[in-house]
Amino acid sequence: MEADAAKLIGAGLAAIGMIGAGIGVGNVWSSYISAIARNPASKDEIGANIWIGFAVTEAIALFALIVALIALFA
Amino acid sequence: MASTGHAEQAHNAAAHAADAAANHGDKVIDPLHQFEIWSILDIQVAGLNLSFTNSSLWMVIAAAVAFGVMWVGLRNASLVPGRMQNVAEMLYGIVANMVRDNVGDEGKKYFPIVFTLFMFLLFGNVLGMIPGSFTFTSHLAVTFFMAAVIFIAVTVIGIVRHGTHFLRLFFPEGAPMWTAAILVPIELVSYLSRPVSLSVRLFANMVVGHTLLKVLGGFAVLMGAAGVLPLALLVPITALEFLVAALQAYVFTILTCIYLHDAIHLH
Repeated sequence: MEADAAKLIGAGLAAIGMIGAGIGVGNVWSSYISAIARNPASKDEIGANIWIGFAVTEAIALFALIVALIALFA
Repeated sequence: MASTGHAEQAHNAAAHAADAAANHGDKVIDPLHQFEIWSILDIQVAGLNLSFTNSSLWMVIAAAVAFGVMWVGLRNASLVPGRMQNVAEMLYGIVANMVRDNVGDEGKKYFPIVFTLFMFLLFGNVLGMIPGSFTFTSHLAVTFFMAAVIFIAVTVIGIVRHGTHFLRLFFPEGAPMWTAAILVPIELVSYLSRPVSLSVRLFANMVVGHTLLKVLGGFAVLMGAAGVLPLALLVPITALEFLVAALQAYVFTILTCIYLHDAIHLH
């Protein structure tokens, strides 16, 4: 296999990591919505923390992207 | 390796650009061009390249704007705040609440550094959204330096405060002794990966967002009349990028607070 083709396939495989982050971010928001549906008074308290969970989960997608970029350009 | 790699990369990029130019007439769109660093004022000290670059320029601008907002807001502070005073008080309030909620009362003395960090990152990210400007947080060198300083400072604070008891951070009180073989390596790795995840999160968010904007912008230019579609998509994405810019500054600071909390209170 040509090295360039392998690079492209590798980058594509690295992007699969996004699946996990997609599930994770969806989970974060669905839990948030069901939590405030049960207890609307807790909205402000949860609202600040939800962003931490979101950012930490989203970072996983970005790590996958960095791996893809490294496979392509480094 | 680095220099030859870069030369090769530059060569490849040039070749790609030439191909693109051949295919699309004169419209060459390189989404990564915006991250290029160029020197404004060459300064070489003893073989070290200390040039004043566009990155440094935008850091100075971000610091100046952050200072300006606070100065204008608090210059004629009154009991009933005006517009700018409201902005300044809100920014102060966000960080003050963050430090109080996440670090506790001992965190008060670290408020100035946390606030400085937040303002610098916030204005760095938001000013980077101005077309043609430079986002200095889109470089790993910048974000990793900040994360490394925070990591070292937090570790030193923890050790000064707790001495050898600080090592409790890696093995929580009350866990059965036999779990040490599993828990200690896990905790150690998660502790050591903090600066990496902290810096890569900010850097990757900025790079990805700005590249996406430029790629869509490229579509809008290349597609002619049909370019209206990517252009319409560009509007909500730009709004999202503003959210991400503010959010990542917030997340970076709040994680700093959480690390501080760990160092001060252990688990």
